[in-house]
Amino acid sequence: MQDEPTPTELIKAVADFLRTEIAPAIKGHNGFKLRVGINALDLVTRQLALAEAGDATEAARLKALLGADGTLMELNRALSEKIASGEVDLKTPGLPEHLWQTTLDKLAVDQPNYASYKRELET
Amino acid sequence: MIETELRRCVAAFHPGATGVTGAAKLSGGASQETWTFDIVHPNGNVGAILRRAPPGYGAAPGRAAGLDAEATLMQLAHDAGLPSPKVMHVLRPEDGLGRGFIMARVEGETIARKILRDEEYATARPMLARQLGRVIAGIHGLPQAKLPKLRGLTATKEIEDLSREYHSFNWPRPVFELALRWLRDHDPGPSSEVTLVHGDFRHGNLIIGPDGVRAVLDWELAHFGDPMEDLGWICVNSWRFGEIDKPVGGFGTREDLFAGYEEAGRKADPDRVMFWEVMGTLRWGVMCCGMMQRFRSGPDHSMERAMIGRRASETEIDLLRLLAPRGR
Repeated sequence: MQDEPTPTELIKAVADFLRTEIAPAIKGHNGFKLRVGINALDLVTRQLALAEAGDATEAARLKALLGADGTLMELNRALSEKIASGEVDLKTPGLPEHLWQTTLDKLAVDQPNYASYKRELET
Repeated sequence: MIETELRRCVAAFHPGATGVTGAAKLSGGASQETWTFDIVHPNGNVGAILRRAPPGYGAAPGRAAGLDAEATLMQLAHDAGLPSPKVMHVLRPEDGLGRGFIMARVEGETIARKILRDEEYATARPMLARQLGRVIAGIHGLPQAKLPKLRGLTATKEIEDLSREYHSFNWPRPVFELALRWLRDHDPGPSSEVTLVHGDFRHGNLIIGPDGVRAVLDWELAHFGDPMEDLGWICVNSWRFGEIDKPVGGFGTREDLFAGYEEAGRKADPDRVMFWEVMGTLRWGVMCCGMMQRFRSGPDHSMERAMIGRRASETEIDLLRLLAPRGR
């Protein structure tokens, strides 16, 4: 068992330091790159918090849709092939809901401030 | 030092020039660079931009039109009275600067967030969509006989190109598959008219001033094809920068864009434009995945590239909003 603090706590501490102490002092292109770097750290902490539950529910939906078992990668590959062949489409029960939920779960990690995502959360 | 070559080159095409100053690289990957500099002249300095492939880099890769074609197109647009920088000089081997050209520098803003938020552009914003409609119509109407040799692309060809590139990443994305399937099912076939297509008509490639659009840049992806492609591309949500209810670049309506286009004597086809908007959304998604691939395989191991890979999901939600809108 690894000791505390957790990876999330460590990354958050670094991101907060960069955000509050360093970012105000850095201008120009390096300032831009620093903000990208802080965004990357924030993304990692969101993924550490959310991905496990998201992956589990995604896998459960995929198994139900496909009537098959496998890794998340295998299941997504199988669904992709069925969509490409036309075997399943938006009229297939559960497919639109699955694609929406999976995509919303990705955005919650990748870009929770993306305007389309925020709009979809409101509706 | 690039100023040495520039000084020699400028003396040969700009009478009375005594030198160059302030050369700075604005952007550049390994094969293509953009530099800004001033031509020093007794009558006042002249702002200039060098766009080049450095010595040792040959023909343009893949989809690119090539720098010689870019220079020709930019000059043709300028001659037609469209907002386009004057081309001052096309590089020759003896210039020792590689391949490319030097153009007049147009002052203004290309950063979307500033154009969409800053007070300075408040009067320009409401008129931009209509103005850009007229400009893109002018581009589509450039005299065919004078145009350089460019690739010809149809919707069918572009779908297959995107599909091949996406599948080369070997990372399954059911939403991209759904979009590819939709595009194949809704392929409108060859357009009734084939014109010059700019290919990258969007924020970043448009210089905007408080008075409106001042220049169209970056003809790297110019080709012959369906003129509606350019109208669809500028409507892609990725270029709205949060202003998602203003489909044209986050500043205007499709109706204004089409009105401007028709004022210039051309006809917009909203259904085809929508088809190309879906294609464009998927294309940007595939490009994001491509950035991630280049990040991983190097040599540009930058976190910006890496983070753009995490923007592919933005295009997935936009594709779902277009193709599978929820309960509305």
